[in-house]
Amino acid sequence: MSPDNLVEITGLNISFSENSVIENVSMVLKPGQITTLIGPNGAGKTTLVKAVLGLLSPTSGEIKRSPTLRIGYMPQKLHIDTTFPLTVERFLKTAAFASVADRQQALESVRAENLLKQSVHSLSGGEMQRVMLARALLRKPELLVLDEPAQGVDINGQVELYSLIASIRDKYNCSVLMISHDLHLVMAATDQVICLNHHICCSGHPEQVSSDPSYMELFGVPGAENLALYSHHHNHQHNEHGDIVPLSQSESEDADHSHCGGHH
Amino acid sequence: MPEFLLLALLGGIGVALVAGPLGSFVVWRRMAYFGDTLAHSALLGIAVGVLFDINFNLAVVSCCVILALILVSLQRQRLVATDTLLGIMAHSSLSLGLVAVSLLDDVRVDLMEYLFGDLLAITPNDLYWIYGGGAIVLLLIWRLWNPLLAVTINEELAQVEGVPVARIRLALMLLIGVVIAIAMKVVGILLITSLLIIPAASARRLASSPEQMAVIASLLGIVAVLLGLYASSQFDTPAGPSVVVAALVQFLVLYSLPLRRVA
Repeated sequence: MSPDNLVEITGLNISFSENSVIENVSMVLKPGQITTLIGPNGAGKTTLVKAVLGLLSPTSGEIKRSPTLRIGYMPQKLHIDTTFPLTVERFLKTAAFASVADRQQALESVRAENLLKQSVHSLSGGEMQRVMLARALLRKPELLVLDEPAQGVDINGQVELYSLIASIRDKYNCSVLMISHDLHLVMAATDQVICLNHHICCSGHPEQVSSDPSYMELFGVPGAENLALYSHHHNHQHNEHGDIVPLSQSESEDADHSHCGGHH
Repeated sequence: MPEFLLLALLGGIGVALVAGPLGSFVVWRRMAYFGDTLAHSALLGIAVGVLFDINFNLAVVSCCVILALILVSLQRQRLVATDTLLGIMAHSSLSLGLVAVSLLDDVRVDLMEYLFGDLLAITPNDLYWIYGGGAIVLLLIWRLWNPLLAVTINEELAQVEGVPVARIRLALMLLIGVVIAIAMKVVGILLITSLLIIPAASARRLASSPEQMAVIASLLGIVAVLLGLYASSQFDTPAGPSVVVAALVQFLVLYSLPLRRVA
């Protein structure tokens, strides 16, 4: 494999008892790139991610990882039993050997430094996601794998979380592979989008993918309506247009809240 | 103090020490029913021990270990849900044990002793088993503590981070098997799980870290043994069940106190 790539997947097939979940998938993860997997429920996103992690072995095809690859993994949910007394600090200590300063820094980079002494059972969905992210960072990963990081997080929290992930990529200079349901929310923070429905429907730069017919077919109008709804809350201009405007075009306006406020 | 009481005390304390940390894992990982299933199979181990003239402790440990292995492989096949599988194995191994014991007509096996324990009949030889086996179990738990915690938090996460998940799970099952074998003498097959679970559940009220919970569970277990044996000698109640009742009282008291959960 090319020494520049972290992971190279060629012709991957995975099936569970005759049931084909991943069909002929080839993809490459490069250092410092954010790759987002999108696709409907049951499209095989989690299966593909688990194969990248080495938790599932391919039925056929090949997954090559750079020999010294350090992976930080953030699962969808943890399900820690409430009988398990665990503070955020103790939880972070189970990750890897790390100093107090390392733990503090990891929490700071996910903006959760005030949670250190709290019980993991008292955290909100978004807080828990950030703590899990901090734990993954403690391993000083070259590749961060995030299985639906925005799950259980409200929509404003999601926007914040994705921008956080982008800033972590810049700070730690790691590559990111994540699963998301909503392309429009992650667009700004993504270099490569792979639209998966057992096979790869389309892939490329986010704007390219969002205008791809096979993407439209898969996600259709509902996704677009969501976008319009989301935009209503923040920008009246979109309301007047009534058009489907990809988030990236309105990105600068969205970011500029004083501008938004001027219209209210 | 009469010697039998001293032996009973030492035996009970030894078992309580080991049951604390292991019981905590049983609670965290929701393995209570699993523990019960292994315990029920212990009687089969006794029958096999009598039949082939093997040391009872050894026979029971091997029986628990074999059952644990069968369980893991059946679980992978996903033929029926795990709790159904556990129910089938728990009660059929107990029944098989009872049937096998009844067929051994030339040997008298005191069923009550195995079902409910006979703490007051502990011999120095039993103590060697309890403390020898217990020391090995505690040493292993101490060595495997971090991977055991990692696997309890999330198995896939642990695996990605390089923990040999399958081996750690197996190790935990074997440890539970060993503890059941050595605890059988104290509270008997039917009550063993309570000694694992109740002190650990009570300890949850006081603990703010996994380590604390394990240690507090051991201490509460020891107190329950002391109280139970005292009650048993005062009111002439059966020793094993008295220990379990003492543990229950601890649990009820701790859960009715207005304690704030720390972690």
